[in-house]
Amino acid sequence: MIHPIPPGTRDILPDEMRELRALQATLIEVFESYDYGQVATPTLEYDEVLQRGEGRSGIGAYRFFDERGELLALRSDMTIPIARLVASRFADAEPPLRFGYVGNAYRVVRPQRGQVRQFMHAGIELIGSQAPEGTAEVLEVLSTALDAVGLNRAVLGLGDADLYRQLLTELGVEEEARHRILDRLAEHNLVGLEMEVDSSERLDAHGRETLLRLPGMRGGAEVLDEARELGGAAVERAAQRLQATYDALVERGVAGRVQLDLGLLRDLGYYTGAIVEIYDPALGHILGGGGRYDDLLGRFGRPLPAVGFGLYLERVHLAQMEEERVGREGTK
Amino acid sequence: MSPPTVEAPIRARLGGPLKLAISRGALWGETLDALDRIGLDTSQLRGESRSLIFTVGGLTLVTMRPSDVPTYVEAGAADLGITGKDVLMEQSDRVVYEILDLAFGACRMVLAGREHDASLSETERRAGGMRIATKYPRIAELYFEETGRQAEVIEVKGSVELAPLVGLADGIVDLVATGRTLRENGLEVHEEIATSTARLVANRVSHKLRATEVDDLVERLRPAKVG
Repeated sequence: MIHPIPPGTRDILPDEMRELRALQATLIEVFESYDYGQVATPTLEYDEVLQRGEGRSGIGAYRFFDERGELLALRSDMTIPIARLVASRFADAEPPLRFGYVGNAYRVVRPQRGQVRQFMHAGIELIGSQAPEGTAEVLEVLSTALDAVGLNRAVLGLGDADLYRQLLTELGVEEEARHRILDRLAEHNLVGLEMEVDSSERLDAHGRETLLRLPGMRGGAEVLDEARELGGAAVERAAQRLQATYDALVERGVAGRVQLDLGLLRDLGYYTGAIVEIYDPALGHILGGGGRYDDLLGRFGRPLPAVGFGLYLERVHLAQMEEERVGREGTK
Repeated sequence: MSPPTVEAPIRARLGGPLKLAISRGALWGETLDALDRIGLDTSQLRGESRSLIFTVGGLTLVTMRPSDVPTYVEAGAADLGITGKDVLMEQSDRVVYEILDLAFGACRMVLAGREHDASLSETERRAGGMRIATKYPRIAELYFEETGRQAEVIEVKGSVELAPLVGLADGIVDLVATGRTLRENGLEVHEEIATSTARLVANRVSHKLRATEVDDLVERLRPAKVG
């Protein structure tokens, strides 16, 4: 007899479980080797606590009332629960603090899209270490982790979450148009971006060119020089932040797999400064992401700069399978 | 040249040629013309071939229905794709990068009803909402929501013009290019919802990892500015 389970959830059977367990073990081992101790937090949190961290974010969480009428939510990532944990359980601990995790997170899905409601997330958070050193440390751990699971070709896209917020302020773009432009940039809809930019009354030809050319700039260190040629304080400051992070990555020997990307904008509300996306040529979906969230801990009463990343474990597993297959075919 | 078969090099997202998904249907002819203009020889695609995949001038062209393009591109089964803005609007939850307005295939998404017939506004006034037949339920629902009206949106797959003629619906939301089909069926445009042209979309990973090739193709396909 078949008893259904909700769409977007699944059973994991022994063959797959063995591989996922090995994957988790490898990642945790890498995290521990850099002194990121593993923590676990409850799957359920008070909705109010998660909301405090989210800011202007569109992520849908599953919410429901418990037997006392309290509004609970299933966590939609691990970063906010760890921010809560640091503020409550490590209120007096001397920073920096390092934590690693592997756990399930949950997001509301749209029907019939093959989206998952439950997914496994693995990552680290470094609390109390500033840019660029803290960022570089976290990306070094990420790079080691990707190599350890066999994704030697994986690339880290590195961008800056503050670039466009500051640029639009500098260009004096009116509040409403600003949100629409940021939305188009987050979707990476360049056609829509051009329409919004053209309909804004405050933008001159130079501002227009800056906004339309920046999102396409991605590549090696040379893109920072290209960006600087556009001029302006916001672009200059972002280029300096990215340059500093990049230099720190060169020193740690991981700059080779980094793609600087001035078009990168992640849609999570809490990012500040450096943001990261992880790609592997074997898979059409991003493997995970991360970045700095220097304001998040402050929302929980322990203002500390912070940075982290999370990998979607099931996608890493798929990429691993594809890479193995490619490797087999390549040696034939 | 023998038609290529779907083997590993097509599937694996390795070096290889960029895969461009192109739409059979209303955009087919103009898409091939655009590819001709950048120096590709599309004669094999214009013939009677039943192949779905063609290799032309360093590109792999994958042919499919317009509404399948976002699906293939989102998954990375194609690096890039050409489809109508109407398709992208209807499937706005697909995560693809919209990178270029190709300017051809212009048409309008409209709300239409029977000529000289007040039943659209009358049903709205007396029954609180219109019954609207469409192949684009999400665009229709979003439009009525944004304009603060209630409508019962009925999805149909075939000739949507039929619906108001036989009383399935008071009006339709559909794509019109010349308006001829509407006129021939005694229908007229009441409201324009959006305009649509062909767009070039990209898979988000391909856009990053094959940046130079993607940008090169974008620049070649970029339509000359008018005026």
